Amino acid sequence: MDRPELKKMAHEVRKGIITSIYSAKAGHPGGSLSAADLFTYLYFEELNVDPENPKMENRDRFVLSKGHTAPGLYAALAHRGFFPVEDLVTLRHTGSYLQGHPDMKCVPGVDMSTGSLGQGLSTAVGMALAAKMDKKDYRVYALCGDGEIQEGQIWEAAMFAGHRRLDNLVVIIDHNKLQIDGRVEDVCSPYPIDEKFKAFNFHTITIDGHNFDEIDAAFKEAKETKHMPTAIIANTIKGKGISFMEDAAEWHGKAPKEAEYLVAMEELKKAGEALCQ
Amino acid sequence: MPVSRNINELPKIATREGYGHTLVELGKEDENVVVLDADLAAATKTNMFMKAFPDRHINCGIAEANMAGIAAGLAASGKVPFMSTFAMFVAGRAYEQIRSSIGYPGLNVKIGATHAGISVGEDGATHQCNEDIALMRTIPGMMIINPSDDIEARAAVRAAYEYKGPVYMRFGRLAVPVFNDREDYKFELGKGIVLREGKDITIFATGLCVVESLYAADMLAADGIDAEVINIHTIKPIDEELVASSAARTKRVFTVEEHSVIGGLGAAVCETLSEKCPTKVTRIGMNDVFGESGPAAELLHKYGLDAEGIYHKIKDTLK
Repeated sequence: MDRPELKKMAHEVRKGIITSIYSAKAGHPGGSLSAADLFTYLYFEELNVDPENPKMENRDRFVLSKGHTAPGLYAALAHRGFFPVEDLVTLRHTGSYLQGHPDMKCVPGVDMSTGSLGQGLSTAVGMALAAKMDKKDYRVYALCGDGEIQEGQIWEAAMFAGHRRLDNLVVIIDHNKLQIDGRVEDVCSPYPIDEKFKAFNFHTITIDGHNFDEIDAAFKEAKETKHMPTAIIANTIKGKGISFMEDAAEWHGKAPKEAEYLVAMEELKKAGEALCQ
Repeated sequence: MPVSRNINELPKIATREGYGHTLVELGKEDENVVVLDADLAAATKTNMFMKAFPDRHINCGIAEANMAGIAAGLAASGKVPFMSTFAMFVAGRAYEQIRSSIGYPGLNVKIGATHAGISVGEDGATHQCNEDIALMRTIPGMMIINPSDDIEARAAVRAAYEYKGPVYMRFGRLAVPVFNDREDYKFELGKGIVLREGKDITIFATGLCVVESLYAADMLAADGIDAEVINIHTIKPIDEELVASSAARTKRVFTVEEHSVIGGLGAAVCETLSEKCPTKVTRIGMNDVFGESGPAAELLHKYGLDAEGIYHKIKDTLK
């Protein structure tokens, strides 16, 4: 996909996020929107996956360690063809396969059930280790939140991945600087993030997580990095794309009301029109 | 029924030894079998596997939560991971990782938890896990096996391997009598084993308390109490049919386990009987207390979990 196409797709993913969370009357728009460009790049450019064969043996794996941003993942998966886009509005509804947090048992394309913060990265490390043991060349990607890395298990996993030199593993930190209770640095600072991963023997790359050129270059650099895992620290804006949600901790985990939903969709409509000019 | 062999004449082997040996056998048969440990390979006996298959033994360091996640990731990639550390540090510390990263997705991870119960001995309460069965029972789909001797431990590990889904296996540190050496011994997941038929009471026992209960039954027989002794090696799913049918015959039930009386075998039997065959049950185990340091045999005696303690408890209760 060329850059304009990626931007249009990211726009569709954002519409999916807002639509599904509005339909669910609950969910996490802030972190889904901050990672929307990352989800888009991963599923439309980076990952070797096949919607026709979601369990393809040598597929690249993606673990959404920050599982609460499932709406972003679901929107990307749906647009990539893993399941119907129309199903997004069943998010969080009783009986829907689109659970509030990803369930690998019932969502095509989901490689690991996640939701309890800090756990997903370890499972991604296990997958990367399995690839090494089996001498397979698939790669494993994990997306973590910058608040999530307050969990000690993240650093257990980082220590192991660095120790084992898992160069088929890429950890992406969605560095949107906010968590539920406020600014990450005020709640309990994990900064500097890159230095911490470096200390665990990671190659680190810091980028603008909304700039596809930088995202593209970072993933290429990660692929070329040998004998050590890569951590991409993606500077993002929480709620990116919806004016009143941007950089606002209150939009971490609540659904827009009808009036807010209409404003959000109008903003997205205008942004979409601009992309088509 | 058989029994009545002198407990001191039976060879004694810790169930963790059978775990280690069987892992090596499985490793030879299936290259997808991998073993994880958290810096306790010598104690959990996964060092046998480490020696035989160094490339498939993954030491995660002292990081049990991460070990559970790595095991989940390996299982999701087609491996059959056996992860090991002490019961306290896997069922306790890594409870939520086991629940959400292994149990919820139903991944094929086998948990080999050693050093369960007070028979850990000298290390004391921090290392004596009397709560693991209770914790693991609450996870939907988790199979729980608590073998009673070396023979049963080996059979249990193989059965866990053959079963597809998460399994929690509970092993001990202490060398315990090897008594399941009958020709017709057969291990079936979810099936209790009647070791001694009796008409007055039923003793459901698990783990190292099984052989102690057999000797207690001999002592009770001398007093004219005819006890049925049933080995419940699979605590979840429990053999409801056998539990209910034996209780229906004897009408008086005792449970014996090296675990808290809350949430373990005693609880599972009570839950079964309250629904299927209401029967008076006395639970023998750790009475909602922590353990302490001391030689294993002395602790088992102090807390009433050896043959003598079980005998006295049953006698006193029936008075």
